[in-house]
Amino acid sequence: MSRRRRDGGVPAPLLVPALLAVAFLVLPLAGLVVRAPWSQIGPQLASPGVGQALRLSLVSATLATAVSLLLGVPLAWVLARSTLRGRSVLRALVTVPLVLPPVVGGVALFLVLGRQGIVGRWLFEATGFSLPFTTAAVVVAETFVAMPFLVISVEGALRAADARFEDAAATLGADRWTTFRRVTLPLVAPGVAAGAVLCWARALGEFGATITFAGNFPGTTQTMPLAVYLALQRDPEAAIVLSLVLLAVSLATLLLLRGRWLGRTVSA
Amino acid sequence: MSNRSLRLTVAAAAVLALGACTGPPAADAPAGAATGTATDTASTADEGLSGTLTVFAAASLTDVFTTLGEQFEQQHPQVDVQFSFAGSSALAAQLTQGAPADLFAAADETQMARVQEAGLVEDPKGFAANRLMLAVPPANPAGLRPPEGQPGLPSLAEVLTSDVTLAVCAEEVPCGAAAAEVLAAAGQPATPDTYEEDVRAVLTKVELGEVDAGLVYVSDVAAAGDGVVAFAFREGEQAVNRYEAAVLTAAPNPAAARAFSELVRSDAGQAALGAAGFPPA
Repeated sequence: MSRRRRDGGVPAPLLVPALLAVAFLVLPLAGLVVRAPWSQIGPQLASPGVGQALRLSLVSATLATAVSLLLGVPLAWVLARSTLRGRSVLRALVTVPLVLPPVVGGVALFLVLGRQGIVGRWLFEATGFSLPFTTAAVVVAETFVAMPFLVISVEGALRAADARFEDAAATLGADRWTTFRRVTLPLVAPGVAAGAVLCWARALGEFGATITFAGNFPGTTQTMPLAVYLALQRDPEAAIVLSLVLLAVSLATLLLLRGRWLGRTVSA
Repeated sequence: MSNRSLRLTVAAAAVLALGACTGPPAADAPAGAATGTATDTASTADEGLSGTLTVFAAASLTDVFTTLGEQFEQQHPQVDVQFSFAGSSALAAQLTQGAPADLFAAADETQMARVQEAGLVEDPKGFAANRLMLAVPPANPAGLRPPEGQPGLPSLAEVLTSDVTLAVCAEEVPCGAAAAEVLAAAGQPATPDTYEEDVRAVLTKVELGEVDAGLVYVSDVAAAGDGVVAFAFREGEQAVNRYEAAVLTAAPNPAAARAFSELVRSDAGQAALGAAGFPPA
């Protein structure tokens, strides 16, 4: 403890680029705040479309994160711990959505899950259900784009975690599932939480795959980024207001989560 | 398939263009300007046009302007024509945010007026018109067709049924304003299921067979070829968009922009627009 530097000094070669990075990342945000037509905020917030879009964004991003956790954490474990052959190919494949332009992702989803798609056609013929242009399609599009963020984050945490705890659990007679549940998961909980936050944030801002695969209909598929994009074409000031609302809500959520969730697991 | 992939590129470009309102185009400008000054002195024939010509054009003009752009480059080998195709209102928004362009071609007068009010263009000139048709996938999953044995065009209400999956443009873009107008005139025979960001996005969804019908321009139907089947309807005759083009007052290459605008309004340009399905202005 006593070895920690008390003055908190940051070496200049780190300080200068770090300050530049802060300026680069924060100034555009400041620009939005400065240029915001504050007198319009009240009427904008009162318009029914905004609440609808915001609610839809929060619900769909949260659902997308839940799906990502359910499927992504096991996938991360497979990538980090299993001795499966071709893991590196698998890793490259499942992170493709990171580099794929989201619009192309949306079209790819059509080709598989659309009512003319490989899987979607069969579903449509059997049940009459067609996924595109529904809220479920928004969740699917967001999950497709955001899940890799969670997988990468959790895989990194798994790799960094000390595998000897798992070995110890195994020598004490725990099977692999119990070890995963009782040892591995608590060990990487901060990584899972960080990945979930990243995934949620990405899903919240998702635009391209959503507008392509889910379309744009107020109340059903029009999330905040879509509303912002269309508002930008008609009334840029309204778009700034909408963006600020989305920013405020997401910042508040992230701060709250970081304080409670990440903070507690780290200190525990 | 090549049509489709072209359209995907357009859709991708539209989204890239969104990101570009603040950044990338500015990065292109100095390069274009540099080419201009470098070749200005070297150019000899054809009125001394050179450099980069940046044209912001409505998404519905994608095919015909691409063809005209190639013609223009053949006539003026020193000129490199760059297009940015997107919904007219997205382009208008980019221009008012200072995006560098030489020529703006909008799909309706409203979007041109926005740019004109911002003092960015003078004297827009009409060069084409367009009206809406109801496009359906070739398989026509909802079995939409106009009633038979009836003289003249049917009403949209006679073709559309209320239970179809319908895609239209968002009201913010010109084709969406026209779509709202024809649906209202026909007594709202169906409710749209999605409001797309531009007309090519509507067309893509019809071609993919993901919607039963979409309201698109006559010219898009021509561009889609066998990809869609389309019906004209009475209300479409009342909601006609007038396309306008104008040279930006701050154009880096105004001479080339004027020349391209003249090409579009020339007999050759009008013939190309006619061949692409645009009714004459």
